[in-house]
Amino acid sequence: MAGPEFEVPALSEYTEVPKIKEGATAHLKSFLAAETSQSYLGYPHQLPADWKERALDRMGQVLEKYRSVRVFMDACVHCGACTDKCHYFLGTADPNNMPVARQELMRKVYRRYFTLPGKIAPWLVGAEDLTEDTLNKWYNYYHQCSECRRCSVYCPYGIDTAEITMAGREILNYVGVGQKYSSEILVKVQKIGNNLGLPGPALEDTLLGLEEDIEADTGVPVKMPLDVEGAEILLVTPSADFFSEPHVESLIGYAKVFHAAGASWTLSSKASEAGNFGLFNGNYETMRNIAMRIRDAALELGVKRIIVGECGHAWRVAYAFWNTLTGIGYGGDDPFSVELQNQLDPRYPQPMHICEYTWDLIEKGVLKFDKSLNDDRVITFHDSCNVARASRMGTEPGGQFTIPRNIIRAVANNFQDMAAETIGESTFCCGGGGGLLTDDLIEVRVKGALPRMNAYNNVVQGQGVNFLALICAICKAQFTKVLPYYGFDRNMVGGVHQLVGTAIKLD
Amino acid sequence: MTSLTIFYTVLFYFATLVLLGGVAYRIYEYGRTPAPLNIPTTPAPTGKGGVAVRMAREVVLFESLFKSNKWIWLFGWLFHVGLALVLLRHVRYFQEPVWFLVEFIQPFGKYASFAMVVGLAGLWARRFLVDRVRYISTPSDHLMLALLIAIGLSGMLMTFVAHTDIVAVKAFMLGLMTFDFRPMPADPVLMAHLFLVAVLMIIFPVSKLLHAPGIFFSPTRNQADDPRETRHIAPWAAALERDKA
Repeated sequence: MAGPEFEVPALSEYTEVPKIKEGATAHLKSFLAAETSQSYLGYPHQLPADWKERALDRMGQVLEKYRSVRVFMDACVHCGACTDKCHYFLGTADPNNMPVARQELMRKVYRRYFTLPGKIAPWLVGAEDLTEDTLNKWYNYYHQCSECRRCSVYCPYGIDTAEITMAGREILNYVGVGQKYSSEILVKVQKIGNNLGLPGPALEDTLLGLEEDIEADTGVPVKMPLDVEGAEILLVTPSADFFSEPHVESLIGYAKVFHAAGASWTLSSKASEAGNFGLFNGNYETMRNIAMRIRDAALELGVKRIIVGECGHAWRVAYAFWNTLTGIGYGGDDPFSVELQNQLDPRYPQPMHICEYTWDLIEKGVLKFDKSLNDDRVITFHDSCNVARASRMGTEPGGQFTIPRNIIRAVANNFQDMAAETIGESTFCCGGGGGLLTDDLIEVRVKGALPRMNAYNNVVQGQGVNFLALICAICKAQFTKVLPYYGFDRNMVGGVHQLVGTAIKLD
Repeated sequence: MTSLTIFYTVLFYFATLVLLGGVAYRIYEYGRTPAPLNIPTTPAPTGKGGVAVRMAREVVLFESLFKSNKWIWLFGWLFHVGLALVLLRHVRYFQEPVWFLVEFIQPFGKYASFAMVVGLAGLWARRFLVDRVRYISTPSDHLMLALLIAIGLSGMLMTFVAHTDIVAVKAFMLGLMTFDFRPMPADPVLMAHLFLVAVLMIIFPVSKLLHAPGIFFSPTRNQADDPRETRHIAPWAAALERDKA
C-alpha cells in the first residue's frame, strides 16, 4: 500500500471541535458504479437526459412514502445542536459534514421545488435549483456519512441524517449515480448469497478447515454444521466471519458456545450473509429482497430459532426490520407472517443476537470459563452505532450496552470502558460504516475515526488497554485497517466472541 | 369603520385562516405519510406510555437539546418558556370572564417577556459568533429572529413604557371573535405589534416553525422500540407483499 496522500490527524486527549474549513473534503469521491451492477439493480448507470425530472419525481415519491424524510425536511430550525456531533466533521472540518449542512444539501432542493417560499423567494430561505453540481455534492457528501445516527440523539426533533443520506443515495441511484462498492455488494449478495461473493463449496471447505483447527487446538470436536435440515437454530452471520481476520475468531467463539450448550444449530449456504447493504441505500425493495433469503432459508431448513452473529447494521436490519420485511418476529396476523410464526419457537425472541444467546446461557450457568486465559488482554468495548442507536438486546432499553459488557466481564478479568461521552448512545462510529468501507474512501475513513481513536488512545495510555472488543464486522475491518494510521497495532482488534472462545471450557 | 379597523380586521381573519388551515394541512400531511420502518433512536421506551413520557420530556424540557449543547438549550428554553407564559397571559384579550389560571399568571407572563427576548438575543448572537452556526444560517433564520424580537420588544414597550388602551384592544379582539366589530385603536406601537404577529401567523405553516407540530410526528422520537413483538407495515409495503405473493 502506498503511504497516505493526506495528513492523518494528530491524537489528542479531547476531540476538539475544529473551525470550519470549506471544501476540505469536497474532492473525496467514491468510485462510481458501472453498468453491470447498476442495471442488475434496475438503475441507469449514467445521467439520463431527463435526469432532473427523474430525480425530483423520486424525491416526491420518497416524501410520500417516508414520514421521516417529510418531517425532517420541514422541522429543522438550524439551531446548530448537531453541528459538532458528526465524527466526519470532527475529523475533516468540512462544514458539509455537519449533519445539518448534509441535510441542507437536500433541503435546499426540497424548498425550491416542494415549498411555497422556496418557489417564490429562494434566496430568502436558502433554496437552490437542482443542478449537476448539486448531484455531485450529494454524491460526495452522502458518501461521507456512515448513517450512524449520532446526530439523531442530539437533535431536539430527533432528525436523523441517516434517513436523509439513504434518501439521497436512492435518488442518486435513480439518475444513474451509484456507488461502485455498495452497488457491487448488492449484486453479489443477491446472485451468490453473500457480500464477499464466495460460493457454497468454498464456504463448506472453510468450515471443515475451521473444525480441524479447533480440534487440533482444543482436542474437542466442535462442529460448524452447514445446511442441516431440522436443526433447532439457524445462525446468520456476516460473511466476513468465514474468511476475514479477526472476524473468524468470533465464528469459532459462537461454535464453541453452541457446542458447550449442546445446541442443535446450522449455518445456511443460502443465507450466508447477515449484512444487508440495502439499508445503506434506502431502497426498501432491495433491502426486502436481501432479507427474504433469511426467511426462505429458515423455512427450508425448518429451524425453530434464528440467531444473528456479530454485525452492527445486520443487527439493525434483523432486530428492527426483519419482522416488517419478512415476518421474522411476532405480532403479524397475516398468512405470510403466521406461516413462519407457526414454525418458530415462541419461548424465544426472534431474531436473537448471539450476545443475547450467550449471556442467557451464562446467566443460567450453562457455560463455564477460565477467565485467566484472557489475562494477557486489557479490554475495552466499542459500541457499534447501529447496535447502540438503532436496536436493542434483552428486554430492557439499553440492554445493547450492558449485555456485551456483561459477557466480557464474565469471560475476562481486565475490562476498562472508554470515556462516557464516547460510548453508549453517544458512541462514535468507527468511521467505516454505511457503505464507506472501501479503499477509495480511505481518507474519510481515517479522519472519521479520529474521535474514536482519541478515546481509545486515552485508555491505551492511561489503563494499558490492548484489546478493542467489537460486535460488528464493519467495525472490525475498519479498525484493522485504520488503527495502524494512528500508530496502533492492528492485532488489537477482535470480537466479543473471540474473548468468549478463548476462555470457554469445553468437554 | 375606519380603514385602519378594516385593515386589521381583514388581516387577522386572513392570518387566522392561514395559520389554522395551513397547520391543519401540514398535520394531515404528516399523519397521512406512513413510517414504513421502526426507527426510534435507541435506547427507546418499549411501550406507548414510555413514548408519551419521552415526548413530554422532549417538548417540555428539551431533553435532547440539553444533552447536546447547554447554551442553545438555555437560550432556546428561556425563549420558549417565556413565550408560553406570554401567550397564556394574552389569553385575557380573547375571553370574558378571564380564566383563573390566566388571571394568576399575569405577573409572571409580564416578566416572562424578558426571558423570551433574552433567549432570542442569545440564539441570534450564536448565529454571528459560532462559525458553524453562521455557516448554516439563512437570511430567513435572521429575519425570523428579528420578527420575534420585534414582537417581543413592541409588546414590552406597551407593558412597561407606553401603555396602550388594553380595554379597547380587548374590545377589538372580542369583536373579531363575535363578529361584533369594534374599532382598532390607532396606537402605532400596537399597530406594529399586531401587524408583526399577523405576519408570524401567516408564515407559520410554510416555515421552520413547523418544528412545533413536526416533533410529534418524528419517528425517531414517537415510535416504541417493539419491532420483535409488533409487525410494523406501511400500506404501500403491504401492497408490495401482496403483489409479490
